[in-house]
Amino acid sequence: MGNFQEQNQERNAEVAARSAFGGWSSRAAFNRGQILYRIAEMLEGRKDQFVAELVLQGSTSVAAKTEVELSIDRMVYYSGWCDKFQQVFSAVNPVASSHFNFSVPEPMGVVAIIADENTSLLGLVTAIAPAIAGGNTCVVLASESKPLCAVTFAEVLNTSDLPGGVVNILTGSSAELHPYFSNHMDVNAVVYYRNDKAEIKAIKENASLNVKRVFIYNKISLLSEQSQTPYYISDLQEIKTTWHPIENIGAAKSGY
Amino acid sequence: MAKTIIPDFRKTPTVDQVGIEERVARFTTRSIKKASKMEGLKMVLSMIDLTTLEGKDTEGKVKQMCYKAAHLHDVIPGLPTVAAVCVYPSMVKTAKAALKGTNIKVASVSTAFPSGQSTPEIKILDTKFAVENGADEIDMVISRGEFLSGNYNFVFEEIAAIKEACGKARLKVIFETGELSTLDNVRKISDLAMYAGADFIKTSTGKISPAATMPVTLVMLEAIRDYYYATGRMVGMKPAGGISTSKLAMQYLIMVNETLGAAWLSSEWFRFGASSLANDVLMQIAKETHGVYQSSDYFSKD
Repeated sequence: MGNFQEQNQERNAEVAARSAFGGWSSRAAFNRGQILYRIAEMLEGRKDQFVAELVLQGSTSVAAKTEVELSIDRMVYYSGWCDKFQQVFSAVNPVASSHFNFSVPEPMGVVAIIADENTSLLGLVTAIAPAIAGGNTCVVLASESKPLCAVTFAEVLNTSDLPGGVVNILTGSSAELHPYFSNHMDVNAVVYYRNDKAEIKAIKENASLNVKRVFIYNKISLLSEQSQTPYYISDLQEIKTTWHPIENIGAAKSGY
Repeated sequence: MAKTIIPDFRKTPTVDQVGIEERVARFTTRSIKKASKMEGLKMVLSMIDLTTLEGKDTEGKVKQMCYKAAHLHDVIPGLPTVAAVCVYPSMVKTAKAALKGTNIKVASVSTAFPSGQSTPEIKILDTKFAVENGADEIDMVISRGEFLSGNYNFVFEEIAAIKEACGKARLKVIFETGELSTLDNVRKISDLAMYAGADFIKTSTGKISPAATMPVTLVMLEAIRDYYYATGRMVGMKPAGGISTSKLAMQYLIMVNETLGAAWLSSEWFRFGASSLANDVLMQIAKETHGVYQSSDYFSKD
């Protein structure tokens, strides 16, 4: 985990994320859930500080309180999904041959995220939680105009048993940094929460270099429940299908 | 070579550890970019002794590594090959055959590598076996136990005897500095090995940690410099083990240049003993060439 401020630190952040991926993705899903829950608890412990910071950055105190509470709830929501989305998105597939055939989701790897620009905390949590809940590690660009909560949130992560390198927060300008996010050969997916059409186009083009997955979530409303679904976890999963030879017992008709 | 007077190694200069560490810290602050960086990276590649020294080595593994040595990354034209491959004596014949037609040397470890715990006769046989199978270079290990007990004559004579057994092959002497405890010891064994006939002095086997470090290498480079002033003979340097990133490798080159000068900046006088360094350098070269950061997924596994 780090709070890198310079453009060329993107590479260091990516290297940290890549080296953390093996350990994080192979943790028990239940344990990932525990850690996400711990993040939520630590967030809650510093609720007053986050509210005060949001007010400093221009929120009304009511809106600030709503945003922090929603951030905590969202983290709890995704902590619950850590060991449950696999069942929902896995399948045992009917096949015509003597095989036990099943598909399971596996994390993609390093996810580069350009988080929402208009919120300091909620956009960050909404972006990070589904990525790490699914076992990915990430490099995240925080809001450029409201970076204060990102720095504090990095402290929250640092005290939540989250292994180093799983979340790497950068502050800075998307205009400068988005090419490094999208053309890096060792990044597996890019998630973009902003509205700049030129950046979206460039990201899509650059991503073709190593056929990264690209997700543009520029239409979601962060305050609504629409922005927390297990589909944001499954977007960042690859589906692995296994064909396992079995005996054809008694000429059974079923697929497995 | 003119008859050299063998100095009393008990009077070898002592090393100022703090001074060495401060000097090393300065080497890591140089900024090398763009065209000079590319030249530096290519130079690093050309100085690598691509190494496999494992109990599980097979002829297939060695052949594969030899292919890699000659074809580092064919996607980018104009890259150098590595300087040498480094293998166990039993693999020399395989490596030699695989590298036929290239300028890549075959280096063989010897003298009961990595521990050096064997009889003098066996160590000489080990060396001769490697040389007869075509090794161009011999990487011997010293008897660290004898050195640490103060039996300098034993170590001196052992190196001299292996040098004789090498014939035309160049001799690299491995100190295993991670077992020598102090920089004073490193300086002492450096002097001793060079006067005993070493063509190269080498930090480590790569089997224990710490392996090569910059302070240890600097002490050895200074010993080479002093030896050169005293005798006029150039001796090569090979840090081995633990150098796995291009950034660190470039810092070593800076250290060589600023301690010994540009005359040592070729594969004849400086080598990196490494297995994973080559890929990192290739990734940096690809980054400079294509303009985007690279992934190890697109480079051959060593």
